[in-house]
Amino acid sequence: MLTRLFALIKKELLASARDRQTRLVVLIAPPFLLLIYVFAITQDVTNISLGVVDRDQGRYSREILDRVVGSSRFQEILYFESEAELGAAIDAQRVLVGLHFQDGFSRRILRRHSSNFQLLLDGRRSNAAQIVSGYIYRITESYNLELLDEAGITMPTAVISRTWFNANSEPLWSATPALFAVLASIVGFMVSALAIARERELGTFEQLLVSPLTPFEILIGKTLPALLIALASSAVMLAFSVFLLDVPLRGDLAALFLAMVVFLLSIIGIGLFISSIVRTQQQAVIGLFIYMIPAVLLSGYATPVANMPDWLQLVTQTNPITHFIVICKGIFLKDLPASDIWAHTWPMIVIAIATLSIGTWLFNRRLE
Amino acid sequence: MSDDPTHAVFSVRRVQGLVRKEFRQVLRDPSNFAVAVILPALLLFLFGYGVSFDPRHYNVGLVVEQATPQSGSFTAALTNSPFFDATYARDRRVLEPALIAGDLHAIIVLPADFADQAYRSHSAPLQVIVDGSDPNTAILVQGYIELLWVNWLEQESLSRGGAMITPPVTIEHRVWFNQELASRNYLVPGSIAIILTLIGSLLTALVIAREWERGTMEALLATPVNIAELLIGKLAPYFLLGMGSMALSTVLAIVVFDIPLRGSPAILTLVSAVYMLTSLGQGLLISTLTRIQLVAAQVSILAAFLPAFYFSNFVFEGDSMPVALQWVSYLVPARYFVPSLQTIFLTGDVWPIILPNLAALSGIALVFFAITLLRTRTRLD
Repeated sequence: MLTRLFALIKKELLASARDRQTRLVVLIAPPFLLLIYVFAITQDVTNISLGVVDRDQGRYSREILDRVVGSSRFQEILYFESEAELGAAIDAQRVLVGLHFQDGFSRRILRRHSSNFQLLLDGRRSNAAQIVSGYIYRITESYNLELLDEAGITMPTAVISRTWFNANSEPLWSATPALFAVLASIVGFMVSALAIARERELGTFEQLLVSPLTPFEILIGKTLPALLIALASSAVMLAFSVFLLDVPLRGDLAALFLAMVVFLLSIIGIGLFISSIVRTQQQAVIGLFIYMIPAVLLSGYATPVANMPDWLQLVTQTNPITHFIVICKGIFLKDLPASDIWAHTWPMIVIAIATLSIGTWLFNRRLE
Repeated sequence: MSDDPTHAVFSVRRVQGLVRKEFRQVLRDPSNFAVAVILPALLLFLFGYGVSFDPRHYNVGLVVEQATPQSGSFTAALTNSPFFDATYARDRRVLEPALIAGDLHAIIVLPADFADQAYRSHSAPLQVIVDGSDPNTAILVQGYIELLWVNWLEQESLSRGGAMITPPVTIEHRVWFNQELASRNYLVPGSIAIILTLIGSLLTALVIAREWERGTMEALLATPVNIAELLIGKLAPYFLLGMGSMALSTVLAIVVFDIPLRGSPAILTLVSAVYMLTSLGQGLLISTLTRIQLVAAQVSILAAFLPAFYFSNFVFEGDSMPVALQWVSYLVPARYFVPSLQTIFLTGDVWPIILPNLAALSGIALVFFAITLLRTRTRLD
């Protein structure tokens, strides 16, 4: 039995290695996508265009503007004569943020009154707008402390913050492990669900069935090469993350590989499950999307899991991608202790066992 | 092409026949229904309820090294704040494992000399450790903790009979088009682009690649049907499927998720129709170039779906990307669709945004169809 199985695995690997398109799409494309998309998903907001209406033209409005313009996040500053012009520029998305200083802004400060300026934000891009308003609030806050200091009122200089695991808040560091997990799952699906559905549609799967191999051997013979190919692709992505993107790998590499094997098995199990209930490749692709889109969106990859409603957070516990992102970020950035790694590995083991055995059972039932 | 006169002339009757046949085929496969109805509902639901950039509350650990009235009142302020969910300890080492495991977003430490330091100038009585593995969350948590601290100081200064310290400069904050700053207000309209991309590029690429794979495309081309008729026949059902899906999504967005539609439905339909054509053109091109379903699916995931997700300003800010990527994004059709969608829903019919985007989409669509026609011809001759 082992020699038969070994022959099948060898054939699968050779076939994949020889097929130019498989090599390109499964082995080469994902690592390069990692390099491209990681820069797209860093949500650090920079290159902001700012619109300004300064009717005050006094010392204080100028000083605030100097501090804002001095920040490297703002790329382009456009000056407008009136609030209406500024409004039109926001409508047309020429600027993301507007600052509006009214006449007499500086005079009020000189008279020791509190004086305000308007901050206008484009709510169509509310996430970016919120982050930008955070910058401007900070600039204003530290300017206030300067002014108070000038007036002889001193306050405790606030808070000492230290950021652990990513001291410079380097956005690439958090984006890379998460994107790595998502791309690894896409590769896992491509080599399992899509590949099996294709063989079934083309009829080559039936040919295998009339061979001396048992259905169980066929499934192992299909799953194991898929796992090896996905692992190879993931290993390249891992190397790119560390050597090209300079993300620190602080934890145990062996533990990461073990978790990756479990993760890919659970993904392949889900792929097997999908391919066992569909009839055509088209249905397999659609089934894949219906599973993948929620699974990726709810994995904490684009937005934090903590922002979701409680019941949905419970649902995400059955999602292998959620667990693998925690493990990846943990091992890359935090040197996550083994107990924490295990806490996120065993749910994936359960998912892998469940989906692989249900998938196998469904396969057998349909074949008989 | 042959010199057969019936071949060259465009026949409405043949197109009708083809469209009817294709339509039946589309309706027969339940997976098409899944794409046109279930997927949009699912996406809208996810962006309406699940995925959110808006934080609910942060889990923070508070370490009070020595209990004093001051630390007590700060603890109370933290407990009462709606932004925080606090865990308490006497020693920070107790809480550090929770920060590493990701269960806490931050640890606030009130050192033993907190009471002495709290009112002294230029001192730093409060120490904060935040989890930087998600920098955006880290920055937001820091901001909220600083706000809590400043509010507490002002309150303390008042209760000790001191003067209210008013900051000289305050900010009047106004958000246009989306007052409550809810991320779903722009995520839900944007997800229409994802749905149309899936139907136009992915589904179409698969369907037509299947015809090539099975050889039925060659068989069809051998009939009196010419290429233009064939394309219309193949694409019309998917075009309608996409538009139906768009209409369904719009109704769901307005009725279920309370997203305003401030622009006109006619403009929304026009813009969506042009995008749908572009997307169909892309799907057609992919299937013509690959001719194998598996590869067509993989290529359209990589070249249509993922870029529509990443490079369209849908979730991720285009302006913040490196310049090279911004150039790449100019090649992505969805990039010209998502801003129009967000604008038509939240702002209105702003022509300076809609017109250039429409022009770009039409241009891309023309290129896609032109390449497809060229390739189909050369491959058959």
